[in-house]
Parts: sequence; structure tokens; C-alpha cells
Amino acid sequence: MSIDQNILVKLNDAGLQLNNKWLVKGVSLQVEKGKIVTLIGPNGSGKSTTAKIALGIYKKIDGSVEKYTNKVGYVPQKISIDWTLPLRVNDFMMLTESLNKDTIDEALSLTGVIHLKDKNLGDLSGGEFQRVLLARAISKKPDLLVLDEPVQGVDFTGEIALYELIKKISDELSCGILLISHDLHTVMSATDHVVCLNGHVCCSGSPMDVAKNNEYKALFGEQASQILSRYEHKHDHIHTDEGEIKKN
Amino acid sequence: MFDDFFIRALVAGIGVAFVTGPLGCFVIWRRLSYFGDTLAHSALLGVTLAFTMEFNIAISVFIISSMIALILIQLQKKTNLPGDALLGLLAHSSLAVGLVVIGFLTFIRFDIMGLLFGDILAVSVDDLLIIWIGGALILLVLKLIWKPLFASTVNYELAEAEGLNPDRAKAIFTILMAAIIAISIKMVGLLLITGMLIIPAAMARNLSSSPQSMVIYSIIGGLLSVIIGLFTSLEFNTSSGPSIITAALLLFILSLFKIKQSIKLKN
Repeated sequence: MSIDQNILVKLNDAGLQLNNKWLVKGVSLQVEKGKIVTLIGPNGSGKSTTAKIALGIYKKIDGSVEKYTNKVGYVPQKISIDWTLPLRVNDFMMLTESLNKDTIDEALSLTGVIHLKDKNLGDLSGGEFQRVLLARAISKKPDLLVLDEPVQGVDFTGEIALYELIKKISDELSCGILLISHDLHTVMSATDHVVCLNGHVCCSGSPMDVAKNNEYKALFGEQASQILSRYEHKHDHIHTDEGEIKKN
Repeated sequence: MFDDFFIRALVAGIGVAFVTGPLGCFVIWRRLSYFGDTLAHSALLGVTLAFTMEFNIAISVFIISSMIALILIQLQKKTNLPGDALLGLLAHSSLAVGLVVIGFLTFIRFDIMGLLFGDILAVSVDDLLIIWIGGALILLVLKLIWKPLFASTVNYELAEAEGLNPDRAKAIFTILMAAIIAISIKMVGLLLITGMLIIPAAMARNLSSSPQSMVIYSIIGGLLSVIIGLFTSLEFNTSSGPSIITAALLLFILSLFKIKQSIKLKN
């Protein structure tokens, strides 16, 4: 067991080398119960790789990863289902764990796709499939959720609603979330800790800290920095308005 | 009751169909048709081994096929050759070596045709025991590894990330493939075993919309193929293997008229 009982997964100076090329190097981070850690960074900066290292998908890694739970829900960035498998949404929901009907219905309702339950997985649109993926990951009530761009292809209003849902899940189930996202706008208001990657950890801390960081500014530009600080501000504002749903 | 060779063949065939049904679905889902073929071809070596050592055919075929599967996995790791080339290499060389060895064993009379295409006359009461007990074991193990195997068939990383150990499931499945080939070789013959795995499952794919229903249709298709095929074999004095596979093909053609609409809509 870990000394700190709240830690779900911890990366110690972790990295991955493939064909003599570092995909990502020297990443240290930890995800705790009830906390949302967001990985940001440009394309090819090693965000998905870092997530997969945390999940234990890669075996030959540098450094180490300590995982303290086996109840994991994962939404991968890319997943292709081919037609040789006759698979309905309902079957897919039970892919890694057998769940009862109510649990499945509840999760599908939360992400707004309960009407697709008996549809063939191959017939869904990109956004619909993404909602099903998220529903599947949360339905097993995991301790750790790893979400790799969970709202890609989802319409704008849906995107905001799903991010709110993710925040709600983190609070209600007190599960830890490792989130990868491109859109700084929506994500940051809920994030507890930001790790900015660019092949290595370029900076990390609270959204506010990261926004002020010069390396971050160099990587994303002054505008992005303003976005982060603005949302940090909005974050504070929500605190005073609806104190009961926010911690601290 | 098992005195009659035809009843024995029927009971054996039914036992085989119960096992090839679900395994065949995975062969299709995981794109393992040629892998099955390779294992089946290597079975000839197992048969010759059984004859020279006066050993049980099913067991020696099982051992040789498992070894070929292991060699394949090693070659995949150690060489830069593509998978299909390695499969072809192993399939044809093991078939060839098997036939060469048979040529040396002049003191034993071999029914090559029976070996290649199945022979219902050859099914003994011992074979029935092997088929039904072995088949029950295969199904039991398949049921135990169903969840990780199926999940990793859909998406390997999801299964691995959520702690299902897909590599172990894959290794066990490989052994099950060797086992089904071993127990069905006398009925269907080594050239046609893969047909027994693939064709009923392919028929089932045309009729089903969920994995469970595909498994059930696949078993039903296999049972019908065995029954129709064996009666034809008896009536027209044809080899049992080709008769069963031809019956399976006819069922597949019939199933084309009932393809689930969802597939068509996609293209």
C-alpha cells in the first residue's frame, strides 16, 4: 500500500523509448482520489503515451509506475471496431465487466445516449460513439478514470455538459481522473492540477501557476495563458456562488 | 448403441460441432483463418508420430500443433517476415515433412485420403470419449477466458488497461485451437478442419446482431452441417469431411439471403 492512501496511480520519472526515440521522458505525476489531473501539450508531446504508461499498457518503460487500484475506466483516444464483430451498444457496455441493466441504463442516460442502447456499434456517429465510450468507462464506477480526449467529435453544447458530468463523477464517486484535452477553455475550470507536456514535463501545478509559467507561454502563446487565468478566475467565482458543490 | 459406425460418426460430429461453433466465431473475429489452417496442416506430423510411436492420434496431434503454435510465436518475435508468410512457411513445410515421413513408413498402411478428408468409418468408441470429454473441457476453458478474450478482440488496450490480462487469454486460446484440431481430425480431415471452424461462423455472422446470437447460430449451423453431411456421405459413399463442409457451404449460401441490414447500410 502507499503511504498516502489517496494516491491511485503514481509515475516516477517515467518515460518510453521506441526505436531509439523518446516518446516521452521523465514524467512524474500522481492522481489522487477525487482529483482531476489534466495533461495538456501540443500534438506529439506524449500525452496519450503518458496516459498509457499510467494504465500499465506499456511494459518496458523507463522509471516506474505504481498503480494502487484495478478498478479502472479508460476512454482511449482512438478505437476502431470492425464489422466482423456484431456488437450492440449494450454488449459493448459489458465488455470488461458484467453489469446489471439499471447500471447500464443509468450510465447511458447520464451521457445522453440511452436511446441508442440496442443499436449496432458500427452505426453510431463519431459523437454518439464517444458518448457511449464515456458511459462505458463510468458505468463500472471506477476508482481511476483515464480519459483521452473524451469529448472529441461531440457537439459544442454536449461538450460542456460532458465536462460538467466528468466533474460531477469525480466528486460523487470520489474517483481520480487523468484527463487529456486540447480545449483549454472548458477543461480548466474543473481541473485541480495541470501537467504541461512537450516530450517531457515542461511545467505543472494549479491552472493558475501553469498560466503564469514562461515555458507554458512560449509553448502555447500569450493568449492561451490568458484563457487559463481567466478560467481560474471563473473557478473562484463559482466557488462563492455555489459553495456546496465545490471543495475548499 | 455405439456398435453402428454411423451412430458413432453422428455422435462424434455433433460433439465436434458444439465446440467448433464458438471457437469458429473467435477465428473470424480475430482473423485467424490461416492460423487455423497452419495448425491443421501440421497435424499430419502429429498423425505420423502417433503411428510410429503407437500413440493416441488426438493427443499427439495436440502436442505437435501446440508446438507449431509456439514456434510461430517465436518466429514472429525473432524475424522480420510478415505473419502470413510465416503461416504459409509453417503450414506447407509441416505438411510436406509429414508426407515425406509417411513415405518412409512403408511398413504401415496409411489411408491418406481418410487423413486429409476425414473418414467416418474410422471413428471408434475411444474417439467418442476424447471428443466429448475434450470438447467439454475446451468449452469450459473458453467460457472462463471469454471476457478477457472477447474484450481484447474488440480492443486490446481497453482490455489491458482495465486489468483483464489479454495476453494470457490469447495464449490459452491458441492451445484451445490446437485441441479442437486434434479432436476433430478424424471426422473432417486435416485439410478441411478450418472450414468447419469458419463456414458455420460466417453463416452465423449473416444472421446475428450480437456476439451471443452469433455463437448460437454458429453451433446450430455446425450441427446441421454435420447431420446433413454425414447422411449424404452414407448415401453417396463420399468422404465425410467434404460432405460436411459442402453442407455448411449450402447453409452459408442460404444465409446470404438474410444478411442483417445494418451491414449493407454502411457501404
